[in-house]
Amino acid sequence: MNQPSPLRSAASPAAEPQVTLGGRLRNLRAPWAWSFVGAIGVGMVTASVFGLSIAGNVVLTALVFGVFMVLVGLGQMLVITSGPGNIDLSVPSVIALAGMIGVHVMAAAGIFAGFAAALAAGVAVGLANYLLIRVLRIPPIIATLSSSFIIQSVAITQSRGMNAPPAALEAFANGRLLGIPHLALIALVLSVAIAVLLHLTVFGRGLSAVGQNPRAAWLAGVRVEATRCKVYMLSGAIAALTGVLLAAVSGGATLDMGVEYMLISIAVVVIGGTQVTGGRATVIGVWGASMFLFLTNAVFNALGAGAGVRSIAYGLLIIFVVVAAGGRSAR
Amino acid sequence: MTPAMGTMRNLRLRALLPVFSLVVILVPIFILQPATFSYFGLGLLLNLAVPIVFATLAQLAVITVNDLDLSIGSFVSLAACIGATLLVRAPWLGVAALIACVLLYAAIGALIEYRSIPSIVVTLGLSFVWTGLAVLLLPSPGGTSPEWLSGLMTFQTPLVAAPIVWSVVIALVGHVLLMRSSAGVRVRAAGGNPRAMSRFGWSMVKSRAILYGVAGVFGVLSGLSLLGLTTSADSNLALRYTLLSIAAVILGGGEFIGGRVSVWGAVLGSITLTVAASFLAFLNISPDWQVGMQGAILIAVLSLRVLLQRSGARK
Repeated sequence: MNQPSPLRSAASPAAEPQVTLGGRLRNLRAPWAWSFVGAIGVGMVTASVFGLSIAGNVVLTALVFGVFMVLVGLGQMLVITSGPGNIDLSVPSVIALAGMIGVHVMAAAGIFAGFAAALAAGVAVGLANYLLIRVLRIPPIIATLSSSFIIQSVAITQSRGMNAPPAALEAFANGRLLGIPHLALIALVLSVAIAVLLHLTVFGRGLSAVGQNPRAAWLAGVRVEATRCKVYMLSGAIAALTGVLLAAVSGGATLDMGVEYMLISIAVVVIGGTQVTGGRATVIGVWGASMFLFLTNAVFNALGAGAGVRSIAYGLLIIFVVVAAGGRSAR
Repeated sequence: MTPAMGTMRNLRLRALLPVFSLVVILVPIFILQPATFSYFGLGLLLNLAVPIVFATLAQLAVITVNDLDLSIGSFVSLAACIGATLLVRAPWLGVAALIACVLLYAAIGALIEYRSIPSIVVTLGLSFVWTGLAVLLLPSPGGTSPEWLSGLMTFQTPLVAAPIVWSVVIALVGHVLLMRSSAGVRVRAAGGNPRAMSRFGWSMVKSRAILYGVAGVFGVLSGLSLLGLTTSADSNLALRYTLLSIAAVILGGGEFIGGRVSVWGAVLGSITLTVAASFLAFLNISPDWQVGMQGAILIAVLSLRVLLQRSGARK
């Protein structure tokens, strides 16, 4: 029924023999390793420049705020894996809308109802995105962008009379268990769940198959369209969860709290080693890439670099990592 | 019906689609505001069309090789910032900076091909670089437009409003270069069938570098024309152009894969989107829903494709 081996061998055709480090890493079938090399490198630079205690603090902060990159990255990863062209640009607006809805409903009906309402909104957006793509045959990049405009307007109408999230939720979101922030634990649990979903379930194997060759997957009996639909709904739900947690940590939902995550969600997925053309995902790479990007940003902040310099360095790093990691195996 | 006839029909529909969507958006405007159907009315309606047309053609050049440029918006902003600062203070330095930007663009194209890396991520990183450079040049909104530039952009053409004349000229030049010249055919082949092309002995690196360089040139033109219209610049001036340009190319009948693009279609597509934005101003809707209406119009216009194209075909 569910044999991962042929699929995996199809995903990475024999790479040309190379003796370089890049070639070795590629032959290891560990495209995620690059992001960790980067993250550890930046971590070591931090430690050598600022000393261990400050570096430790930076890493702990990364575990709170870098976690949001992981969350948005996971949703985006699923969408990107479902095949060339699939992408979800509605993530930032879903974050804003779900944050608003979550906080409003929590004030009225309790924390769990708030989470449920926000997640429902996220799933609904995902379904709408899928329908735009499937029924109206609009390319995903434009479809999710257009829907994000509409969601933004809905979020604006919801933004009036915004209160702070319930104190209990705020305390939980900023709390720690055994020194590890709760948020990092939530992201960890979700990551494990998604890794299991991707690698050990029929749905996950089907998703990889659809991403590699939708026609072959369809002939093999994978329900291609149902898989794609679920992927967009999952991405919406994860973005919604991110929105509520972000509102909890920052003391209330704002309209622009998700804006920076649009480009970052794509960056962490691809730097993490997930194949842009779909069909091969890596959860652990999303963590590596998120830590890498967050630590880099933190180091530049600590160095007191201006916004311009920080942005340039950030961009060059992204390009450098991609160039170093090198090409897609199949064209 | 033979396959050949089907292809012909598809081609004709593809060419008709952008015209059709432009008419669909123009008719309600003329009905709501008959005054717009005049020299000045059209001039106002299409005021911002020229920079968007340039940005769309830049995106089109990149889409021709099956890539996507997520940095064009920030590149246009950077070009405008260079125009508003260096080009005024030290014209030669400004020109040199703009040329350097174009060369950098071409180099990135070569790099993408050479390392066969995904364009989306590289241009994503590039967008941070452009924005950073723009912030360094112009930390807060300001600067001035060179006088010749503002003069050029506010030039009143006889009979037909200037933006229309400009757009037609740009489309004509673009069409001849990309669709009619042998160099154009060669670079389009890079998107259509890269393997055949490299077997034939043509350099993929060169084609990609050329197309990215062309995108850079159009990006610079877009930034300068935008600066001529707004007379001041800002590092976030044109960020929305990135997605607007992709939408315009698709609206114009272009495809993400296969080097299948249409210059005329893309120009019409960008004009349609410009008009759609002006359309909202006439409707008197609440500011809350302004953005949402943009999305709705984008969806409505793009869904026209379903009506015109054969539906249900599995890719």
